[in-house]
Amino acid sequence: MARKITYMQAINEALDQEMTRDETVVVFGEDVVGGTGSPGEDDAWGGVLGVTKGLKAKHPNQILDTPISESAFIGAAAGAACSGLRPVAELMFVDFMGVCFDQIYNQAAKFRYMFGGKARTPLVIRTMWGAGIRAASQHSQSLYPIFTHVPGLKVAIPSNPYDAKGLLIASIRDDDPVIFFENKVLYSVEGDVPEESYVVPLGEANVVREGGDVTVVAIGRMVSLAEQAAEGLAQDGIEVEIIDPRTTSPLDTDTIFESVENTGRLVVVDEANPRCSLAADISAQVTQECFSALKAAPQMVTAPHTPPPFSPVLEDEYVPSAQRIADAVRETVGGRVGQPA
Amino acid sequence: MSLAITKVGMPKWGLSMKVGQILEWLVDEGATVDSGTEIVEVETEKIAGAIEAPAAGVLRRRVAGSGESIPVGGLVAVIADEATSDGDIDAFVAEFQANFVPPEEGEEAGPSTEKVEIGGISLRYLRLGEGEPALVLLHGFGGDLNNWLFNSPALSEHRTVYALDLPGHGGSTKIDGGFKDLVDAVAGFLDELGVERAHLAGHSMGGAVALQYALDNPDRVASLVLIDSAALGDEINADYINGFLSAAKRRELKDVLKLLFANPDLVTRQMVDEVLKYKRLDGVKEALEALASDLFPEGRQMVVLASRLGEVQAPVLVIWGAADRILPLAHAQGLPENVRVEVLDGQGHSPHMEAANEVNRLIGKFLDEEGV
Repeated sequence: MARKITYMQAINEALDQEMTRDETVVVFGEDVVGGTGSPGEDDAWGGVLGVTKGLKAKHPNQILDTPISESAFIGAAAGAACSGLRPVAELMFVDFMGVCFDQIYNQAAKFRYMFGGKARTPLVIRTMWGAGIRAASQHSQSLYPIFTHVPGLKVAIPSNPYDAKGLLIASIRDDDPVIFFENKVLYSVEGDVPEESYVVPLGEANVVREGGDVTVVAIGRMVSLAEQAAEGLAQDGIEVEIIDPRTTSPLDTDTIFESVENTGRLVVVDEANPRCSLAADISAQVTQECFSALKAAPQMVTAPHTPPPFSPVLEDEYVPSAQRIADAVRETVGGRVGQPA
Repeated sequence: MSLAITKVGMPKWGLSMKVGQILEWLVDEGATVDSGTEIVEVETEKIAGAIEAPAAGVLRRRVAGSGESIPVGGLVAVIADEATSDGDIDAFVAEFQANFVPPEEGEEAGPSTEKVEIGGISLRYLRLGEGEPALVLLHGFGGDLNNWLFNSPALSEHRTVYALDLPGHGGSTKIDGGFKDLVDAVAGFLDELGVERAHLAGHSMGGAVALQYALDNPDRVASLVLIDSAALGDEINADYINGFLSAAKRRELKDVLKLLFANPDLVTRQMVDEVLKYKRLDGVKEALEALASDLFPEGRQMVVLASRLGEVQAPVLVIWGAADRILPLAHAQGLPENVRVEVLDGQGHSPHMEAANEVNRLIGKFLDEEGV
């Protein structure tokens, strides 16, 4: 039975239910409990924004605080995954991934390949991404393209509470390392989420809205902005089909290609910096596979090639807006919807 | 103002409906309608349906055009006699619109479901209305109590209606069980709620459950309504069962669900989404596979009770869509004398959804005539 809960509560519930279902599921990271070893309240933090709050009381032996050393506890998570546990490590902000990148891209991602397919690495790294909370460029980047680039890693980027719960459960049950991207602006967004456990399969895009004129592929927080843009465009008779890939590795190119074969037009909305981004990747794949169907050049709506600015005015300009998405869609139709191109 | 003015309001189909969108008007302004004439097609998030005229008269005013959305309870049309002046109609519409308050966004309007524990299994159900004997509604394979969204409000006007999620379905516990477990769950449900005697109505697989319960418990069943029911022959369209089990993506599932209806346009995005979300729940795959292998292995029905229909002491009504693409119309033919059969031309496997008004009338009339 579904009821409305937030994106943050959906993630907490997925962790809670998986820790109950399987006692090898363990959660650790900086302050995921909060206050361990110091006087005062136990479970004081539940993670820097409170996502894991309450799990300590329910699963006292499956959740623990770590020292402030990403290289140590992400390495520990990779090792634990190889030796029988299903660790879910929380790496506060994806911007901090640099200090433990070796453990991820050069170790965990390669175990399956190096050991002839015999090693399993059921590791999940939860991490926050995205601009919008005035936290400056060391806490605001959209670095999922870097992880999407690495073979052996899976990358999940939920855009709503329902997908957040189902994708996290899928990630925990998956036998490969998954980097799970949580958008901090979405944490307070509410949506219908079933009380029971369920799996949203990795590698299956969601067609958020159907339309025959332009395909808009939008990632994470960009999905709701694309929906806003589509509402306005529909008033002018432009019908947009919105695709949320949900995972960028594996990427459900079938659904994207099928849509572009129908619409002939593509806009990709990606909060990451433009070079070597998902916007660039998806545009390239569509151009190669659907070239004869295309009626206009694919458009990319991204952040500029700069770090996220600290100035609130500039930060608001930095993130793609519904207006910029609508402008890009209009660019692809050139005002000639319904006429032979 | 004339008393002969009748409001045609936007109905509430199902618990979550907030607005309906006008799809197509079926009757012109100025045309005469009877009570029950379908006057306008309306689409909700879940499904499209027709609004019937609540009274005889002349359709004097269409308040909204195609594509416009009207909240539940809002004014859709006005029916009046010819003598009523246009001025009176204008005044009626103006007064209604001035006073009408649409339901608030997020407001919990209407009844909500409840749960009951029976032998370690939790069963979700919806209870509406008052009056004995109660009517118990049993959905088909892969369905849930929401399949009765067009029926339970109308049928509960004169009696208590229980719409039940069978084990493995909807909000009930997902068990790996067979046909017997479904029948036992219904028996346990009726015992637990203290329902001594009930009318049972089942669709498809739910019909087989209802019929088996009636054979096992003749004293507990006041009457039996079987809608495009399983267990009345051994043929079944295996494409539906296998497709329902295997479809993982929206488009695959949409094609499968179209088999349920004569008019495939009734399968909305929302309907496909809800079924897909159900199928993703832990335990559903195993539950449905267990049921399918017990009831429909290798494309045949294993439980066939047609020859025992004559043993049922309670009155029996069989309703069938002539264009059913899952269970053939032949299963409704050649049944024993004690069975009343109503065949609906042009209807598919789910007439209770697709021709809800007609099915509600047939069931209502049957229960009134046979009701004890």
